Amino acid sequence: MPLTVLVFLPAFAGLLALLLPAGRAQYARWVALAGSLVALALSIVLFFDFETGAGFQFIDRETWIDVGAFEIQYFLAVDGLSLPLVVLTTFLTTAAVLVSFNIEYRPRAYFACLMVLSTAVLGVFTAMDFLLFFLFWELELFPMYLLISVWGSGRREYSAMKFVLYTVAGSAFMLVAILALAFSAGTFDMQVLGTETITTAVLPLRWVFLFLFIGFAVKLPIVPLHTWLPDAHSDAPTAVSVMLAGVLLKMGGYAIIRTCVTILPDQANDYGIWLAAIGSISVLYGAFVTFRQTDVKRLIAYSSVSHMGLVLLGIGALGTTAMVGAAYQMLAHGLITGMLFVVVGLMYERTHTREIGRLGGLARQMPLIATGLVFAGFASVGLPALAGFIAEVTVFLGAFQKHEWAVIMAIFGVVLSAGYILWTLQRVVFGPVRHEWDEADDQKHWWEHASVVGLAVLVILLGVYPDLIMDMLDPAIEVVSARVGA
Amino acid sequence: MSELDIVGPQLAILLTAGAVLVWDALQPSRRRYLPFIALVGLAGAAIWTTTWVIRGDFQTAFDGTFAIDKYAVFFQYVFAGITAVVVIASIDWVNRVGRRQSEYYALVLTASAGLMFLAGARDLITIFLALELSSIPQYILAGWGKDQRSSEAGMKYLLLGAIASALLLYGMALLYGFSGSTLLTDIAAAVSETGADSRSLLVVASVLLIAGFGFKMAVVPFQMWVPDVYQGAPTPVAAFLSVGSKAAAFAVVMRLFFEGLGEGFLSDDWAMIFAVIAAASMTLGNVFAIVQRDIKRMLGYSSIAQAGNFMIGLAAISIVGDHFVQGASGVLLFVAAYAFTNLGAFIAVITISQRIGSDNIGDYAGMWRRAPLLALALAFCLISLAGIPPTAGFWAKLYVFNAGIRADLAWLVIIGVLNSVVSAYYYLAVVRTMFLGEAEDEQKLRISPTVAVALGVATVGVIVFGFIPTPLVNAAREAAAIFATG
Repeated sequence: MPLTVLVFLPAFAGLLALLLPAGRAQYARWVALAGSLVALALSIVLFFDFETGAGFQFIDRETWIDVGAFEIQYFLAVDGLSLPLVVLTTFLTTAAVLVSFNIEYRPRAYFACLMVLSTAVLGVFTAMDFLLFFLFWELELFPMYLLISVWGSGRREYSAMKFVLYTVAGSAFMLVAILALAFSAGTFDMQVLGTETITTAVLPLRWVFLFLFIGFAVKLPIVPLHTWLPDAHSDAPTAVSVMLAGVLLKMGGYAIIRTCVTILPDQANDYGIWLAAIGSISVLYGAFVTFRQTDVKRLIAYSSVSHMGLVLLGIGALGTTAMVGAAYQMLAHGLITGMLFVVVGLMYERTHTREIGRLGGLARQMPLIATGLVFAGFASVGLPALAGFIAEVTVFLGAFQKHEWAVIMAIFGVVLSAGYILWTLQRVVFGPVRHEWDEADDQKHWWEHASVVGLAVLVILLGVYPDLIMDMLDPAIEVVSARVGA
Repeated sequence: MSELDIVGPQLAILLTAGAVLVWDALQPSRRRYLPFIALVGLAGAAIWTTTWVIRGDFQTAFDGTFAIDKYAVFFQYVFAGITAVVVIASIDWVNRVGRRQSEYYALVLTASAGLMFLAGARDLITIFLALELSSIPQYILAGWGKDQRSSEAGMKYLLLGAIASALLLYGMALLYGFSGSTLLTDIAAAVSETGADSRSLLVVASVLLIAGFGFKMAVVPFQMWVPDVYQGAPTPVAAFLSVGSKAAAFAVVMRLFFEGLGEGFLSDDWAMIFAVIAAASMTLGNVFAIVQRDIKRMLGYSSIAQAGNFMIGLAAISIVGDHFVQGASGVLLFVAAYAFTNLGAFIAVITISQRIGSDNIGDYAGMWRRAPLLALALAFCLISLAGIPPTAGFWAKLYVFNAGIRADLAWLVIIGVLNSVVSAYYYLAVVRTMFLGEAEDEQKLRISPTVAVALGVATVGVIVFGFIPTPLVNAAREAAAIFATG
């Protein structure tokens, strides 16, 4: 029951916000904030109630559709892998609500979309029936499409449509794979699928693996399926960028571990080296392209491609340490990139430009925002004692034995990231003061402080006390790596 | 009496058609009651069908040429429902045209009776007569409008329909020549006894039959008439053609092929023909639909693509478990879901087009503000046509794809899902135009209560079956169970 409440609570709050009378539209933000805070509190309670290493917990399970040909369950559960991601989602939802606190254009519909998005993502992380998982995966498209195309900027309709088409094309392959798997195993139950050994299917199993991987790789995203991401990011409103970078990309990484690797371990072993190769290519390519960006949001978007490549590299190594690192990298990247987008969003609200060339010397005019940007930038580079460092080191340590050269390439990519982040900070925050922005004020509203500080605190916490999460991830990942025989 | 009892629903409708004409002659000042008389007749037919469901002792009549069984009952409900919705949707348009009102309803009812005869026909002659009984009124109806386009549509439909009938008869003649009987059961017996010796003859007969029915189903390569006729014919008639005759053609083809030509060596041949036609229809229909600016032409091409989706079910001759049931129940489910959905879409289009005087998709911009409920209903129907959850269309597609996977047709299912992606693009483009486009004219549209009822029924059906598909799926499975012997 608690998971059902947690998953649908945001959507319920969104519905309430939508149903507010027109004269009280400005209260929508409070309804959304209340909903997201309660969800956050509930997820934290679950986090501390969770019994580490005891498999799937908080199970909600009912038969939903049973028509002989297939049985579909309403089946929610979390384990050590998904629960941290659930907490990340509720946390970033709260942050997303806070950074959009001063939205004025159709606030009721806006917060409704945002909260439904949160429900969809929570559903993906908790669904343990493959078809239910697919439904939540698709549900996420509607609010995202609307959020980008209605509240976005620039070529928003183009970007929104591109996002939808990429995702839908990926999920088309995913659906074929899901049906093929379910037919051979006789069930959509991911827990059963994850323990049985499937040897034959109507499709060659390597195709099934490939189809699933394509569906998730679009979301991750990997090079060359990543081109929707910079467009979506640069045209999306701040809160949506936070959700997109923070949790939506993680759906891809989570799903690869949960389904590709766990359900088809033999194929994962066969193709692990390819995953690692694609991962390190993404790291390098993303880093190189990042250097060329002149738009702050596109820059962060490409750096995301680079950082998510590390996740794939970790998964491709298939060992416990490497996959724990990959999972940790997802959390760390969610927080750090979420924070980067929050801070850049604050900056954009004041300057109305994201052109790096037009910014400069902001440390003088908006010191608080500049501090946030520098902090998040350092975290993104992987400064020790911050979350990103732990994640990168764990991935490299875990993957090195298996894929030496891939790790070496990836490390080079990380070095590049130090380059582009520092160069960006130098151009945006330091350097000569531009009097154009003299009138711009600094971060001043309580909600702005709350979201920036909240994210920063977590980035530090995960950097100095990784065991808080590692202890939970470890047993869950061990189950997976035992499946692949590592 | 008992034989008349078996065709009672059809007779009830034919009598109502007569009653409509008589009423118009006797009470010309009370023409407004005409549609209600038609609806009473249809309700009578549905009730009569229900008594057969309650009695449960299904049987055949007229020397086995006509059957009432679960399969016939399923389609009789579908056809009665379709006709009722078409009648309701026609009221406004017929009133506006003004002339020959009773003839219009009488023709619709006659066509409907023909469709219902098709549902239970088990004999080549009966099939052909029932087909003509439903077709000839539809030729007339397609040319019902006063403009040149409508006349062209009627003429085109008539000429091509005549060619299709000729092909059909030729195929039937070959079958008769082979088996010496027109009864499907006799043909099946002959095929299983000596069919293997005359395989090429039977394949030629199958091809001719498929060509003849393919015209009614509007599948590639027998689809040329569709866009012109849909665009030219009065919209309520186009709605009727798009669901009624398509569904009937599938109903009779399933019975003809599964019951009469279901022998293993033969079904492999025609299943492959169906698979190829399915792939071609989906692909061509969707590709042409994308570039349409006229919403009726767009729906025309989309109906070609949808017929391709149905046809996956025909091709899915599963070797697992019951020979035909998977694919057949998929087709039934799809027919029912599509009937609701496409009718809903057409009704919304009829209403909007009449009010704004244009069929151009661009003129639907801002419809969300001008007629919120209408726009919402159309959006749900289009989403269901695209096969996006949670709608009836999603489950139908899922079920058919599942049947395809089971029948080892993974390649076809992959083409199917990729086509779903393409179709999502143009369906959602209309939704986007309605919700995000800027209206040139902010004037609100008025909706008559009858249209609201018809549209409401269709939309609620789409959504309710989206969340609770089990009853509909089970009904389709039971109806398809008559093929379980194969």
